[in-house]
Amino acid sequence: MKTNKSIAIIGSLVALLGLNACSDSDDDDTDNVMNSVTEQTYRITVSNLTNGQPLTPIGVILHTPEFSAWETVEPVSTGLEMLAESGDPSQFLSESETEVIATASGATPFGPGSQQTISITIEATENLQLSLATMLANTNDAFTGITNWDISDLDVDDSKSVMPHVYDAGTEANTETATTMPGPAANGEGFNTDRTEDIDKVTIHPGVVTTDDGLTASALNESHRWLGSAAKIVITRTQ
Amino acid sequence: MKLNKLSTAIASAIVFGATMTTANAAQWDITVTNLTHGNYFTPLLLTAHDSGTHLFQAGEAASDAITAMAECGDLSGLQAGLPDNDTIVDPATGFLAPGTMTTTTIMTSDTNTSHLSVVAMILPTNDAFIGMDSQYIPSEAGTYTYYINGYDAGTEANDELLSTDSNYSCMPGEGGFMPGAPGRDADTGGLGVSNADTNTLVHIHRGILGDAAVTGDGASDLVNTIHRWQNPVAKIVVTVTP
Repeated sequence: MKTNKSIAIIGSLVALLGLNACSDSDDDDTDNVMNSVTEQTYRITVSNLTNGQPLTPIGVILHTPEFSAWETVEPVSTGLEMLAESGDPSQFLSESETEVIATASGATPFGPGSQQTISITIEATENLQLSLATMLANTNDAFTGITNWDISDLDVDDSKSVMPHVYDAGTEANTETATTMPGPAANGEGFNTDRTEDIDKVTIHPGVVTTDDGLTASALNESHRWLGSAAKIVITRTQ
Repeated sequence: MKLNKLSTAIASAIVFGATMTTANAAQWDITVTNLTHGNYFTPLLLTAHDSGTHLFQAGEAASDAITAMAECGDLSGLQAGLPDNDTIVDPATGFLAPGTMTTTTIMTSDTNTSHLSVVAMILPTNDAFIGMDSQYIPSEAGTYTYYINGYDAGTEANDELLSTDSNYSCMPGEGGFMPGAPGRDADTGGLGVSNADTNTLVHIHRGILGDAAVTGDGASDLVNTIHRWQNPVAKIVVTVTP
């Protein structure tokens, strides 16, 4: 069973690598037009600030203010449910609406103390906002990130950063059992829409309990805890 | 008792409506969101005031009125000391459940009314509350978002125990049990988590311990996969219309 799952994980990583090769979803027609006046390039770096939580490949959406990737205390989209339960950002990014200008994703999960960087080039756009999500892999459905982050105020070479909250997608009960979490501490199941035993609202995640704090069925130990934030996002406009 | 409180709320709403045409500085449309995954807020109190007013301050002792709010959800003491015009009580008409929000409006009564305070007890706890302490609200038109921490009033030991007496009456300042678990997801008969608060001043709440045990076993009557939280516990969004 575990071997099969490993193959599946590798398979999805290959798929993600393929996705990354053309991660800039900007219109192909503009690729040959090197007009620096009308293009904007943003470099986005996410640092993993946890002690024991790999972060899954980041999903990044550049959009105008009419779009939101999620709203607190509202249900998540199916794509964000999939990201928050399994780490796969593909459907989260493909749920693009007309307000979405470009999407991109990271290639691999990245562990505590490491970071992931993506650059996106788009045609000049006013009122530009960024949404980004990544799963804390050793959880049932915790994710961190930000939505509707205003980046329209960035001039070339400007940057800014944020340490976002950690959210509970509300789509899967926080059992912490080995069969229900996809990260390396458990190697269990990721996405499953049939699990409806949670509140179906985005809230601040209460954290993991772990076996070291009295939840005997948990596949986690104290090293997997976090407090407050799990990541830092830095965005720099380079063009 | 509940009917009396409702009547008071209706009466104050009428008074509030009557004062809307008098001189005021701004309209604040305020949304309070419970960001916790499994905790309830008792009826909220929101009040607009000048820069020198505080309902509570972190690092200082809780007043009797804050103690009653934090231990029992009782707002009467706080309400008695505040002007009706700038104060909203119980906008959600009862508990604010996990993952829900409520919206209300304050018409500030004069130009010195520049700060907002918001409090409510967090249930089930001994003396935890959400607290916005005298937050400056800009006078310029706009929408402003604030994230709020959970505080410990420092007035009651966090034993995390519920009474088995269905008629249990909460007495502020006298210790005792948590007044209730609105989600009906706690048990009874635990041994008790803590006998005393080391910090008896208002401080950042250390959160719920809970346990995985059923009735009559373990330290806590709370459940470690349901009743814990991390900050922030609430989001307050204020839209200002000058």
